[in-house]
Amino acid sequence: MVTFQFVPYQDIELLSSAKRINKLLNIVKENKIVVMEGKLKKEEEADLIEITMEEISPKFKGIEISVVNPDKNKQNVGQKIKGVFANMLLGDRIGMTIVGPASVVKKIEQNPDKIELFTKENSKSPKKRYRKKKK
Amino acid sequence: MVKKFLKKLFKKLRFNPFGRKSHVKLGLYGPPNGGKSTLANRICLDWLDEEMSSVSHIAHETREIVIKEQVNIKNKKGKELTFSLVDTPGIATRIDYEDFLKRGMKKTVAKKRAKEATKGVIDSIKWLDSMDSVVVVLDSTKDPYSQVNITIIGNLQARDIPVLIAANKVDLKRANIEAIKAAFPQYEIIGISAKYGKNIEDFYEELFKVAK
Repeated sequence: MVTFQFVPYQDIELLSSAKRINKLLNIVKENKIVVMEGKLKKEEEADLIEITMEEISPKFKGIEISVVNPDKNKQNVGQKIKGVFANMLLGDRIGMTIVGPASVVKKIEQNPDKIELFTKENSKSPKKRYRKKKK
Repeated sequence: MVKKFLKKLFKKLRFNPFGRKSHVKLGLYGPPNGGKSTLANRICLDWLDEEMSSVSHIAHETREIVIKEQVNIKNKKGKELTFSLVDTPGIATRIDYEDFLKRGMKKTVAKKRAKEATKGVIDSIKWLDSMDSVVVVLDSTKDPYSQVNITIIGNLQARDIPVLIAANKVDLKRANIEAIKAAFPQYEIIGISAKYGKNIEDFYEELFKVAK
């Protein structure tokens, strides 16, 4: 079973960078995949990687992260202008950030307009039971 | 505050009235196994007749910052450029010692390597602020749209650090420079083979534009 936890931007908007990162990492360490509205600042992404490395342990192997932004190349002029105003008003609220524990998420592949999340296969297959047929 | 604003403005205009920078730090950044150390060795062998880093097929071979001071290169026009070359550990978001076990390492060695690798990633990120220019070395046979690549380049852009992207391993059949150009269209990208020296002269020419 894979658990996704949605984090609306308003939950982290007023937090400091350190508290934002701690909040996301604490959810990830519960073996949940975070789906966060919006995105972190670039410096916060680097801090997230740094703090993840500090927290690496036998139980916590790290994270997989992916940020989805609207693909500007596929927008027409009107959409691009709207995008500029949206950016001015909403800033980091645009887009989506996915962070998952390395123990659950094998990898996240992103193209400009799609994300593919590969989870680790359950290596323990159920044992088959055989019964001898009575003659 | 005014001095800070003026410094930032002059940096953007690439104009430094406060004097020429005599000590330029050029960093090699990127994900693990992209060929940063191989490129560092190529540069040092070409200009200093010696290597500076150890290389391996196993990721996270470089686990601490390695610096080579006073690397002096010349271009075709005879112009000289002197810099300190900084080879950094590959930046990753996950490190598992079991990956090293699969490569044939013993458990104690694998655990030690993993611990050193995590410290190496932390050091790489901390050293970002110290760089004057950066060459981001990407493996051109791999998908360039990884968040690590985007984060590294985004952070360099946020810090106004000039970036040159080296699409490495072009000697391999699976190499796809066009994918890297599509992923990072706003940056100068040069395809090279650090191992075999392919296109390395053009790479040195590009360095003059980036490392000022």
